[in-house]
Amino acid sequence: MTELARLSRGQLVRRRFLRNRLAVFGLCNLVFMFFIAFIGPFLNKYKWDELDFLNLLRPPSKEHWFGTTQIGGDVFALTMRGLQKSLIIGLLVALFSTGIAAMVGAFAGYLGGKIDKAMMWVVDLLLVLPAFLLIAVMSPLYRGKTWLIFVVLLAAFGWMITSRIVRGMAMSLRERDFIRAARYMGVPTRTIVFRHLIPNVASILIIAATLDVGGTILSETGLSYLGFGIQPPDVSLGSLIADGTNSALTYPWLFCFAGGALVLTVLSVSFIGDGLRDAFDPGASTGANS
Amino acid sequence: MLNYIYKRFLNFLLLVVLASTMGYFLAAIALNPRSNYEGRNPPLPASTVEKKLSDLNMNDKTPVVERYFTWVGGVVKGDLGTTLNEKSVNSEISRRIWVSLRLLLIGSIIGSVLGVVTGVVSAVRQYKPFDRYFSIASYIFLSAPVFLIALLLKFGAINLNDKLGHTLIYTVGEYSPEFQGAGISSLINRIQHLVLPTLSIALGGVAFYSRYQRNAMLDVLSSDHLRTARAKGLTKRQALFKHGLRVAILPLTTFFAYSFGLLITGAAFTETIFGWNGMGQWFITAVQANDINSTAAVILFSSVLVLLSGFLADVITAALDPRVRLR
Repeated sequence: MTELARLSRGQLVRRRFLRNRLAVFGLCNLVFMFFIAFIGPFLNKYKWDELDFLNLLRPPSKEHWFGTTQIGGDVFALTMRGLQKSLIIGLLVALFSTGIAAMVGAFAGYLGGKIDKAMMWVVDLLLVLPAFLLIAVMSPLYRGKTWLIFVVLLAAFGWMITSRIVRGMAMSLRERDFIRAARYMGVPTRTIVFRHLIPNVASILIIAATLDVGGTILSETGLSYLGFGIQPPDVSLGSLIADGTNSALTYPWLFCFAGGALVLTVLSVSFIGDGLRDAFDPGASTGANS
Repeated sequence: MLNYIYKRFLNFLLLVVLASTMGYFLAAIALNPRSNYEGRNPPLPASTVEKKLSDLNMNDKTPVVERYFTWVGGVVKGDLGTTLNEKSVNSEISRRIWVSLRLLLIGSIIGSVLGVVTGVVSAVRQYKPFDRYFSIASYIFLSAPVFLIALLLKFGAINLNDKLGHTLIYTVGEYSPEFQGAGISSLINRIQHLVLPTLSIALGGVAFYSRYQRNAMLDVLSSDHLRTARAKGLTKRQALFKHGLRVAILPLTTFFAYSFGLLITGAAFTETIFGWNGMGQWFITAVQANDINSTAAVILFSSVLVLLSGFLADVITAALDPRVRLR
């Protein structure tokens, strides 16, 4: 009895999360993916941009764990390099886009009126045009430059739906007593939003950020697959899959490791996201009512 | 109700204008059609290049705003300009639009109907084997990008054709060019080509809709009004279809609207992978070729399609939900 009463919210969430088998599987798998992506290359003899001219198009072996490409690249090293890129991009974009979503949503919902209307117009407008089309059109702008511009673009077109959810919550929080009290005491709007509003929607933000990681990895690999994303000589899981496609039937190792890593990563992320949602709010529906 | 529809329509019209404007400016700023005339051997005289670019309304020496108004002037009259290889954008669209619409419409209808059905069945049989298998399957399909699903389907079909010794499912093009039949046999030939691209678009849709429909249905299943319906003597099935589904399907109409954006993205991949000459494949080649007018045309097409489906979703919501009608 007393033990139950002493559980903090954090402990409760953790306990609920760990009870969810799929979520724990996802978490373990994602940790494993990170581990293998960043530690794996040190255990491997070959660098990702190193070519082994004596072994062209060899199937997986002790020497080359995932086989080699047409020009003698080590598929394991390449896949790990691509996985690193996809994971980093996924995390960065999720962080940025959730940040934008939190601010836009919180300010729009809290201030209401004309500012709210204007911001929601921008959201509507950006939702009309598929982000994929916009980023593909803008791809010449970052070709040959740093991939961080690509990250910024992915974030700039990925925050709209979360901001709508945050706005809805901010609108109802605005009328709560603790926010009203702060307002009547003369606390400036910025402080109210950052110190009272955003911490109160933190659980939604954590869930959205997690699910965003998966969504971002999917759009990044899609754009890279068509040559609009990560540019050669650097590789991403998408560009690896694109390179392996033509000969995938005869030389499946060119294709299947990158594809498998991609699906496993995104799958783990979505298990974790759904697990977090159930842990934070067991009674809630999965957004079908929003 | 008419008033409501009218207001929504005006809103959508405005959004189409804004979205296509944004699309045109992005394309005009980011793409560089001049690069197509550079590095030729023998080099083209500068005056010829300038004249060609100006004729196409793609000359970067003309201010973007001026080019935009030239473009809008044409669009208002129903002329979308000229492609980089000097064909009319209009005729290109009329050739490609049905290819894409066929793929998108069939794909989205199959995806949403199957998704809603599996979602409802999963909710009714929560935690039974059917629900479990479909949940896992939909997780996997949502985690696999469209291009991966399309590629795997393609490889599967090639293997299948090899085993059978003849081509049952075609993996390239929308019909066989050498095919001479008419009527039923020509229809069958088209279906043989249609299966894979449609499946690659629809599978993601089924997974997406079934997840949401399952959750929405679970909410409805435990609601008071369904219990009332049962209490007044309806059978479980009657109560579900008459009172449950109608409520549970409502939130999905909103998703349906925005899913068209995703579908167009998906179409770009599937059309490229299966060699269909549709709008999505055109978009990709146009961006790669720095063709501003064609890119702007596809963006206009996709914004009209997304907004039209959004408008449709609003009308369906209004028809299903009396609370919206009275607003």
